[in-house]
Amino acid sequence: MKRKQETRAKELIRRFKYNKSAVFGLVILLMLVLCAILANYIAPNSPSPSPPELFNKLRPGFWSKEAIEGMPLGTDALGRCVLSRILYGARVSLSAGFVAVGIAMLLGITLGVLAGYYGGGVDAAVMRIVDIMFAFPALLLAIVIVAVIGQGLGKAMVAIGIVYTPQMARIVRSSVLYIKEMEYIEVQKAIGSSNSRIIFRHVLPNSIAPVIVYGTLMLATAILDCAALGFLGLGAQPPTPEWGAMLSKSYSYIVSGAWWAATFPGMAILFSVLGLNLLGDGLRDILDPRLRI
Amino acid sequence: MLVPVLLGTSIIAFSLIHLAPGDPARTIAGQHASQKTINATREKYGLDKPLYVQYGIWLGNVLRGNMGRSIASNEYVTKEILHRFPSTFELALSAMVLAILVGSVAGIISASKQYSALDYTFMGIALFGVSMPVFWLGIMLMMIFGVFLRWLPIGGRMDIAISFHRITGFYILDSIITGNMAGLLSAVRYLILPSIALATIPMATIARVTRSSMLEVLRQDFIRTERAKGLSERVVIYKHAMRNAMIPVITVIGLNFGLLLAGAILTETVFSWPGIGRYVVTAVRMRDYPAVQGCVLFFAFFFVIVNLITDILYIYIDPRIHYK
Repeated sequence: MKRKQETRAKELIRRFKYNKSAVFGLVILLMLVLCAILANYIAPNSPSPSPPELFNKLRPGFWSKEAIEGMPLGTDALGRCVLSRILYGARVSLSAGFVAVGIAMLLGITLGVLAGYYGGGVDAAVMRIVDIMFAFPALLLAIVIVAVIGQGLGKAMVAIGIVYTPQMARIVRSSVLYIKEMEYIEVQKAIGSSNSRIIFRHVLPNSIAPVIVYGTLMLATAILDCAALGFLGLGAQPPTPEWGAMLSKSYSYIVSGAWWAATFPGMAILFSVLGLNLLGDGLRDILDPRLRI
Repeated sequence: MLVPVLLGTSIIAFSLIHLAPGDPARTIAGQHASQKTINATREKYGLDKPLYVQYGIWLGNVLRGNMGRSIASNEYVTKEILHRFPSTFELALSAMVLAILVGSVAGIISASKQYSALDYTFMGIALFGVSMPVFWLGIMLMMIFGVFLRWLPIGGRMDIAISFHRITGFYILDSIITGNMAGLLSAVRYLILPSIALATIPMATIARVTRSSMLEVLRQDFIRTERAKGLSERVVIYKHAMRNAMIPVITVIGLNFGLLLAGAILTETVFSWPGIGRYVVTAVRMRDYPAVQGCVLFFAFFFVIVNLITDILYIYIDPRIHYK
């Protein structure tokens, strides 16, 4: 049994290595995570110096003669180093995505297993709620939840986590429905295993593949939506160095030619989402070839 | 399916005001209202009655088109929304047309020339497209074409210097009706950048789905038969394969139309486009709950209608599908 598991893991790693886009996505993700962890050490400046160095405001970066030494990507409207804020922002934006998806997984897996495994009334009730939540575009629903619970980064994470719960619940439910009919579950029932034992020992471990795949893809959209809320002024509040909020504070200055403060944070969002999408697509091909779109 | 979803939506919208912190009567009357006004409001809206009675009254009002007054402007929310709807719809529609045209053509070309340089280019762009933060793309377009090149305006719906007579609220349509050429030109110029920004994600999704759906169809036996019969590649692809490949594409288009509304929230904010998307953000920021409620209902209603239209379209496209 043990040996078989090892070969299965080895085979997955082998398949992963041959999937160029997955490896590339993973590399991007790891780089971002490293930036986030090492922000203290690699950022050239403090992300929000106090008092603000206003005399340095909106200075261009390395491409210009007016650049300030040690601020390679220029400064924003409050004279803060754009590069440092992006590096610290990786910490905020990535963890926001992880927390949101974590909430969605916790709630979604619980609801999905309950609905899929027990069926009947529980299933009908859960699926109706899911249907209703699907009638809203995700970002709108997140905005509505923020309208109720209030603005701020933490609340935005919760809002996005709730919004993604139905998707996760649906994915888990469908794979539980499939696994439930398998013979090994029937065997467990025949030998008198309790429901909780069957769920935790057999159903959950076997339905984890789609959760990983969609969790990764969801992480991409969660980062995007968190940034969007920050951009709308409903998520992270200043002076938190969050990518979306950085954009919203700097884009009015492009009219005066200061393009850098709005350009680079957006690129950071784009590349993290791109990396996660590549990784998610790759994982899907590897773990569950049937799901291929 | 339709009715329960709409009812559920209405419950969510209704609960908004009660879930929000603070006394709903104070919320509706405004932060600076006197105790007297608050009491009057409570009575007027029946906020002293049990919740299910309140819901009944509220739903009755909504069905008659009365969604209450906006706290910020004291106008009827219905009026505010209907006034802004044409501008959002104009933007969404032009973005969707752009996305369908470009996306499906790119998808078909990619599929018919699989693994060619063109295929890789299109799919590479599409991959960037699905990962794109819409608001950032909007800012970049605005910066390049509006600020640096000065080809197109950076925000708003029409040049304020142009005299314009509003009839339907669809500026392009209105300009054509009134024969206002300057207005038409201005409306189109203002529409281009927001449409491109809003179209990007659906365009990329449509291109990817069209490609994979076409590839699947092209592998089928009847395509081989047609090629063997000597039909030209053009006829095979654009007449026979395309029709069969369009069903999943229609599903995606339907789903994306709803998502466009979410995109509109961001695009409208970037381009100062006076639509519902921007309205809902302002309403949330100002805690204008009746306005938020109205927008929520409106968006959900729109979403459900689009899904319904998608379902009906299937019947026309695929005669095998029947609804009993």
